[in-house]
Order: sequence, then structure tokens, then C-alpha cells
Amino acid sequence: MSATANNAESVRVEVRNLRKSFGKQSVIKGVSFEVKRGEIFVIMGPSGSGKTVLLKHIIGLEKPDEGEILIEGEPIHSARVRDRYRMAMVFQSGALLNSLSVGENVGLYLIEHRLKSPEEIKKIVAEKLDLVGLQGLEERMPSALSGGMKKRVAIARALVVEPQLILYDEPTSELDPLIAVTIAEEIASLRDRTHATSIVVSHDRDLAFGVADRIAIIHKGEILFIGTPEEVKQHNDPMIQKFIHAAMQSNKKSRAL
Amino acid sequence: MLRGVRQRGGGVGSSLVMFQNIGEMLILFVQALKSLPLAWRHRRKVFDQLFEIGNASLLMACILSLFIGGVLALQAGSVLVERGLSSVIGGMVGVSMCKELGPVMMSILIAGRLGSAMAAEIGSMRVYQEIDALTTMNINPVHYLVLPRVLAMAIGLPLLVIFSIMTGWFGGAAVATFNAKINLSMDGYFNNLREIVEVGDVVHGLIKSFVFALIIGVVSCHQGLVTIGGPRGIGRSVTKAVVNSIILILIMDYILTRVMMFSDFLS
Ligand SMILES: Nc1ncnc2c1ncn2[C@@H]1O[C@H](COP(=O)(O)OP(=O)(O)O)[C@@H](O)[C@H]1O
Ligand SMILES: [Mg+2]
Repeated sequence: MSATANNAESVRVEVRNLRKSFGKQSVIKGVSFEVKRGEIFVIMGPSGSGKTVLLKHIIGLEKPDEGEILIEGEPIHSARVRDRYRMAMVFQSGALLNSLSVGENVGLYLIEHRLKSPEEIKKIVAEKLDLVGLQGLEERMPSALSGGMKKRVAIARALVVEPQLILYDEPTSELDPLIAVTIAEEIASLRDRTHATSIVVSHDRDLAFGVADRIAIIHKGEILFIGTPEEVKQHNDPMIQKFIHAAMQSNKKSRAL
Repeated sequence: MLRGVRQRGGGVGSSLVMFQNIGEMLILFVQALKSLPLAWRHRRKVFDQLFEIGNASLLMACILSLFIGGVLALQAGSVLVERGLSSVIGGMVGVSMCKELGPVMMSILIAGRLGSAMAAEIGSMRVYQEIDALTTMNINPVHYLVLPRVLAMAIGLPLLVIFSIMTGWFGGAAVATFNAKINLSMDGYFNNLREIVEVGDVVHGLIKSFVFALIIGVVSCHQGLVTIGGPRGIGRSVTKAVVNSIILILIMDYILTRVMMFSDFLS
């Protein structure tokens, strides 16, 4: 990685003592961590532990009550950061624009920022749709897609941005195991191709242990542990073991079926 | 964008919320105004919205205006005939349609028909995180959503009002001619109308409708953007968009009428 500013340069993310409450409910209770340039950082934790809220803070959709998010040392809410770094988020629900076709959704970033000619955009859109296994669906409307397909379109839409920082919110939930593996491979290969820094929220143990450089375990708005997949497996905190173990059990169940 | 402010202001008194609303709407209006140089880039969306306005309202506007013109002629006519003043019916219907009924009725129609649709569409985009998705792609929701809608309103509504004024005149003419009690000639009606209605009266109506269009556009988009909660939140936003638009239109109608009377008096 070179220190000079070029397009392929990925970004470092720092989360410092983040706190957030909605009304009386404290959702994030003082979270700090750092994600290195080009790292795949996986956040695991039970439902309702504040993972989505955390991601929204990292990309600047929510304002923290306390603490800060730094992208390459600059606060995410400074106007420069958005113009300077390309970032993308794959939302848990996909968050496709319902009034646009699949093709228009995937090409939206390029169309709105007028980065490419219409023919080039068409080509790129087809290519990215191919990548997520949805070739030829450009004309479909989002309402005619299944939940899993929507999510894959959302991933294609994020890939089009060629992001330096990409956030995935449960990218493999609702997907069948075969597609889940493809998506996991794509997460890793995007990083290998472009050195994008990736933050992945997931319950999917196979995904987490397959692609992560480091894993953070979050529970009730607090980070319990951060470490490499090996370290997480060997860690003997009962809470962490219970969570990973539960994930394994449910995996066994689904295999038995 | 607007949401952060809203969450903190959630529990306070309603008058404070009203001022907060007005403040946010003014901010939104200024943001939309500032983005006006980008209008050409977003022309496709402006045309789409204009088409929507025409498509959704032209037939209804036609029927509504015909009957408004008709009822004006009928009500005023029966009084005027008794006093032997039937010759001024044309002028009376003409001026009322231009200055008051055309702009106000069309604006209320459009607030109900399109303001609600705008609030619902933008509200559901807020609730289903589509606006968040735009933001993460560094696409400004004000440029992408608000500008085309407010602009299309500001162009479309005055056009619709011109159409409504003329249809209203014909509605009045039809009643004045065919009603046995009034029994005016078509020529007589229109001669009187031409004599009394000035270009200034039409301009008066167009200025009003332009302001009303901005009110509908900004109020509806604002309500959409600040939607919170699920489908029920969207419903709430739609109701608020329509009710607040109509209230503001009627208040502004009085103010504008007063101001323009004053400036007429000066000139
Ligand atoms: N906008 C919001 N307003 C109020 N509460 C919220 C909001 N967003 C999230 N929450 C609450 O924060 C908690 C954590 O949510 P979330 O981050 O979505 O969990 P998860 O880890 O499953 O992604 C939940 O209890 C949720 O109800
Ligand atoms: Mg979540």
C-alpha cells in the first residue's frame, strides 16, 4: 500500500468511545476499535446487540451521542470525507430504490455522479450482476425479487462504487448456502483486487471464520473481545463460547436437514 | 440530515414542534433553491414529475373548474338578474376564477392529490432506508428528490391554474347561457368578461399559484423526509402534508391578496 493518494488506496477506520442511546435505551455503550487499511473486520453478536446501529455510525448515517468515528484521521461528518473517500454500505434489507429497475439501482452511483458513458455503465452493471449470480435481470423491478435477490443486487450496487471502505450488514442472511459461499468469496476477492477495507456484520460463522482478518464480538452494545479467528475460537469467555457454539449447533442442524 | 434534529425534539410541546417544522421547511426551501443550478442535470426527473402532475390532475381539474364556474354563474347570476345586472355576470365569474377560485381550488386539489403522494413516496423511502442508501452513495436527497418535485410543482401548478381559469369561464358561460332564469347570450357573457378581466388579474392568480406550489412541494417533501416509524408513520406524514399545505395555502392566500391589493392601489 502506498502512502500517496491514489484511487486504490484503502482507508483506516477508528471508532473512539462511541455511545448512543435512543430515548432511554442505551444501544452502544462505549465502543472503541480500529480497522486497518485493507482489513476484513467481522463483527459478530446476537440480534439487537447494536450491530446495525454501529455500522450506521461508521458510515455517518447516525450522529453519536459521545465519541467519534475517524476515517483516515478525519471525522466522518466533515464534508471532506464524503467527497474524498468512496464508501458503500450493503443494508440488511438491501434498501434498493423501489421506483428504479435493478439495472438502474446497480448503476445509480455512476449515473448520478456522471462518471461513465451510458454504454460503459451498462457494461459495468451487467458485469456486477453477473458477479452476484443475477445476470440478465436489469429490467426487473425490486418488488419482483426475493429477499435474497434484493440483497445480492444491493451487493452489486455497492461493488459498482469501487469502494475504499465497504460495510456489509448481514450479507449472507436469507441466502442459500451456495450463494452465501459466493458472496463470501466476493468479499474476500474485492479486498484482494482493490485493497478495500471491509467491515462485515454477520451471524454466519462460516463467513466470519472464512474471511475475517479479525473478529469482534459485540453483546448488548459492548465489545467483549477482538482478535483473530484463531484467538476467538480459543478464547474461554463463556459468553463468547456460548455464542459461537450456538452458531455451530444451528449449523449442524441445517446440515442434518 | 433532518432526522437528527427530529429525534431530539420528539417529546416537546406542540407549539415548539410547529416552530421547529417551519424552521426546517425554510431550511429545506433554501437548500432546494441553492440546488437550482443543478435543475438541468435532473431534467428527466422534473419531466417525470410534471407528467405525474398532469396525469393525476388534468381530468379532475377540468371537472372541478367547470362546476366552480357554473356554480358561480348560478349563485351570482340569480341575485344579479333580480337587480337587472345580468350583463356583469361574465366579468364577475372571470375575475373570481382568475384571482381566487382557480388558484385556491387547484392548489387544494393538488395538495390532496400530489402532495400526499409525494409525502408517501419520500416517507416510505425514509422508512425503508432508501434515503440512507442515497446518502451513503454521496447522492444528496435534496438534489435527487426534493428539487425535481418542487420545481415540477412550481411549473405545473400555474399551468394547471391557467387551464382551470379558462375551463371555469366556460362553465360559467354554459350556465349563464342555458339557465332559463339568467338566459344571457354567449357573446354577451364573453364581451363583459373581456371588458372587465385584465391581464393583471390573471397574473395575480398565477403569482398566487406559484407561491402555493412552493408551499405544497416543500411541505410535502419535508413531511416525507422527517417520517419516522413504519407504515403508520408514513400515514401520519401524508395526513400532515395535506393538512399543513392547505392551512398554509389559505393563510398565504389572504396575505397575498392583501399585499397585491395594496400594490394595485399604488400603481
Ligand atoms: N432509530 C432507532 N430508534 C430507536 N431504537 C433503535 C433505532 N435503531 C435501533 N434501535 C434499537 O437499537 C437496538 C439495536 O438495534 P440493531 O443495531 O438494529 O441490532 P442488530 O445487532 O440486530 O443489528 C435494538 O434494540 C433496536 O430496537
Ligand atoms: Mg442488524
